[in-house]
Amino acid sequence: MKRTAITPDKISFLQRIHVDGWLLLGLLVLSGVGLVTLYSASGQDMAQMERQFTRLGLSFVVMAILAQLPPGFYRRLSPFAFAVGLLMLVAVLLFGDMGKGAQRWLDFGFIRFQPSELMKLAVPMMVAWYISKHTLPPRTHHIALGFTMVVVPTVLIAKQPDLGTSLLIASSGVFAIFLAGMSWRLISLVGALIGAFAPIMWFFLMKDYQKQRVLTFLNPESDPLGSGYHIIQSQIAIGSGGVEGKGWLQGTQSQLEFLPERHTDFIFSVFSEEFGLTGVMVLLAIYLYIILRGLIISSRAQDAFSKLLGGSITLTFFVYVFVNMGMVSGLLPVVGVPLPLVSYGGTSMVTLMAGFGILMSIATQKRLISR
Amino acid sequence: MHRKRQAIRDHSAEANLFARRATIAFIIVTAMLGIVLNNLYSLQVTQHDDYQTRSNGNRIKVLPVAPNRGLIYDRNGVLLAENRPVFSLEVIPEKVNDIDETLARITTLMDITDDEIKRFQKNLKGTRRFKPIVLRTELSEEEVAIFSASKHKFKGVQIEARLARHYPYAETLTHVLGYVARINKRDLQKIVEAGQEDNYAATYDIGKLGIEKYHEELLHGEVGYQQVEVNNQGRIIRVLNVEPPTPGKDIVLNIDLSLQQEAQRILEGTRGAVVISEVKTGGVLALYSNPGYDPNLFVHGISSKNYSALLNSPNRPLINRATQGQYSPASTIKPHLALLGLEDGAVTEDYTIKDNGRYRLPNVDHVWRDWKRWGHGEVDIAKAIEVSCDTYYYDLAYNLGIDKISEAMRNFGFGDYTGIDLYEESDANMPSRGWKRARFNQPWYIGDTIPVGIGQSFWTATPIQLTHSINTLVNRGERYIPQIIRGYRNLDGTDDLIPLKTSRPIQINDEKNLDIVLNAMHDVVHGEEGTARFAFADTPYESAGKTGTAQLFTVGQDEKYNADEVDERLRDNALYVGFAPFDNPEISITVVLENAGGGSSNAAPVARKLMDFYFRDRRFETASIDSELDE
Repeated sequence: MKRTAITPDKISFLQRIHVDGWLLLGLLVLSGVGLVTLYSASGQDMAQMERQFTRLGLSFVVMAILAQLPPGFYRRLSPFAFAVGLLMLVAVLLFGDMGKGAQRWLDFGFIRFQPSELMKLAVPMMVAWYISKHTLPPRTHHIALGFTMVVVPTVLIAKQPDLGTSLLIASSGVFAIFLAGMSWRLISLVGALIGAFAPIMWFFLMKDYQKQRVLTFLNPESDPLGSGYHIIQSQIAIGSGGVEGKGWLQGTQSQLEFLPERHTDFIFSVFSEEFGLTGVMVLLAIYLYIILRGLIISSRAQDAFSKLLGGSITLTFFVYVFVNMGMVSGLLPVVGVPLPLVSYGGTSMVTLMAGFGILMSIATQKRLISR
Repeated sequence: MHRKRQAIRDHSAEANLFARRATIAFIIVTAMLGIVLNNLYSLQVTQHDDYQTRSNGNRIKVLPVAPNRGLIYDRNGVLLAENRPVFSLEVIPEKVNDIDETLARITTLMDITDDEIKRFQKNLKGTRRFKPIVLRTELSEEEVAIFSASKHKFKGVQIEARLARHYPYAETLTHVLGYVARINKRDLQKIVEAGQEDNYAATYDIGKLGIEKYHEELLHGEVGYQQVEVNNQGRIIRVLNVEPPTPGKDIVLNIDLSLQQEAQRILEGTRGAVVISEVKTGGVLALYSNPGYDPNLFVHGISSKNYSALLNSPNRPLINRATQGQYSPASTIKPHLALLGLEDGAVTEDYTIKDNGRYRLPNVDHVWRDWKRWGHGEVDIAKAIEVSCDTYYYDLAYNLGIDKISEAMRNFGFGDYTGIDLYEESDANMPSRGWKRARFNQPWYIGDTIPVGIGQSFWTATPIQLTHSINTLVNRGERYIPQIIRGYRNLDGTDDLIPLKTSRPIQINDEKNLDIVLNAMHDVVHGEEGTARFAFADTPYESAGKTGTAQLFTVGQDEKYNADEVDERLRDNALYVGFAPFDNPEISITVVLENAGGGSSNAAPVARKLMDFYFRDRRFETASIDSELDE
């Protein structure tokens, strides 16, 4: 790797291998907590533990590899990644595979691929690329075009239907625009427009099961054995955990299987039941720490593209956390968003860590870019 | 162009702008996580107690535990109804994805008959949700082992061990004990109406007939509870606490099994009933109705084939003839009418009639004939009982009139339930003016009264009513309600007796009148012309009784009844009522044999055999050593 030797003594070993030590620390602690929780949530299923461990390892490898590529590479890649992703999304709608009632997969024969995962990174990259071409803060018509880049894939994914992912992608793009300095007046205006759009969504765009989810969220007790069951059992698990929790492997809601999806989307309930409010505060602190570190890295980035992309990746990570915790504790309707690095499951974890790979690239390679 | 724009960028202003926005974002992030934390605080601290309770409610279930049903013993301590462990294969339909497929797979493990599947499909419709439905019961040990080995492949299918009723003496006691069977929808409704729903929450069977039904409350006991931790499948993980059920009471019956078995042996091949009772208490020593059937068939659900065979059998085994059979009492009620005549003053001891075999009323063409074609000649009241002179009773009935007869016989219990502890009882019929008006909308004719004198016409009685009325005579008007239950058996083997039940006694104005009647009944057995003298020839004990022959076939006015020419089903019913020993009566016997012919030649010998059996057993004290050795 080509390095100028302006301040050779300041470049640490970690920086040399393009790893941000503080961020890595947070991610490792979080993964550790995740594995401990999963052991309990899976019902001490060692096979699941092994698979999750492998996946985590793979994700960290992906992160490490992506960290080696300079931010400039990602900037140049952005429009192509976005274009390819968009084409594949259209392809999914036309020829995609059905899985669990939703059309999300593209089958290439040798590999099945979920284009929406690519878009989780491609959309913020595209928006950051486009906005950063111009001076900040962006002008209104740039913002308008930026929003279009967000809305098109969001709608395509929402149609699959995959509400959780479309929400994450929409937020990632919006964050980039927000961080770019979109004026507060415009933000209020867009907020009002979204408010006006909500009824249209309800009546024309949302499918029945999605409406049902929202209704159940508003009043879970209306259908305690049906769609309200998940959220009620989850709240019972969290609430009965109390301040100190029932202890690791001692959660009755989870161990006796009253809690559905307890090792995937609802793993936070297991955590809250067994470790109580004390554990919850520790977990929130870890997440907050990672978010803070991500924002610091982004702020220190040298160019606008890196700042916007890094900030967007970090804040999207926050959205995962917020939506997941919000939905299992009854603050938000149930949308399929995992708790990052804790929930069992593969695809989204790889994407998340790929994002952190880019963040590490931004953190460690800034000095190699000339002003 | 791109580079040109870059050149005029104010990087430090952009960096500041971003830093400001990032700071705001971080504040918003912190605030939103604060909202999450606040919500979690509300769940985990503010509402913790509520959720703790609901969590326990999920995991802790209070399950009812069925009490063990009380056992039933005969008066000598022989076990008549016991509880045996049986293994059943049960299915919880709500937990099975594909019932047909599951059934097909079970069939590869063990033979499930079409009948069992049919019954299962039927039960599938009318059961409470998440209640197991029995597919096959009384699994062999081998079947239990085979299924247990592949249990994990059958979600929602389980083997359940429980106690089930078994009746070791089967047909012998069906009409006494009845049986228990699975609680059905109708039973459930009654249980709910009685407010017993909780008590029956874990109970599987309920008494459907006989003693099992009548004394259900005693036998059932009180439900218990166990507190268990369950998983979401409702499977018990561990038991936390137990409040044991109170088992049902063990009861002792007045029934003497050996006597009951003897009655069964003697009645083999007939249609009929025998009731033997303890005169002084009304306790029922034997109550047998032939034919019987095996009550064990019903316990695990009778197959429709077996059931329709029972239902359609011309011998009607499902009827308890001893308490439900309504027969013309015929001459067996002559002692009662005689007592009425004497007490009323309609006749005296010395009053005689001249019987030439025919009885006529003034201005009526109809002729009532005596069973003896040429009549009995000069007959007083004692002889009228001994030889069973019909003509005397035509005259007596005419003199008394239907109103007096009806009222007096009702006092003896005719036309009413005796109150025996069986729900399968008929009240039969004691005719009266009012009854005929209500039933046929016709006035009572004098011609209706005459045959009432010989227990015919509209008069019907059950064998248990006859027993009750004979006991009343023997007890000089005291009336002990026939009871099958004798008392409770304690754990130490002693019995607590239940107090005797009585009903309003009959007032005897002159005790001498009763002696005349009872002596005449003695002469039926021991007199020179007694109708039962051949049947009871040379008994070591003295007894008394009365024969009866009930016509089912109306013989034309000038025809002679010829049994051989009459269809079997229209032949006479043979009856006998009696008691012994005469001096100090212990037992009374009622025998009714359908279409058997005359009472003296058919029913009386049966009564004699039973009395012989009863007294032989008691007199030869050494015999008891043998029976002890048998045990």
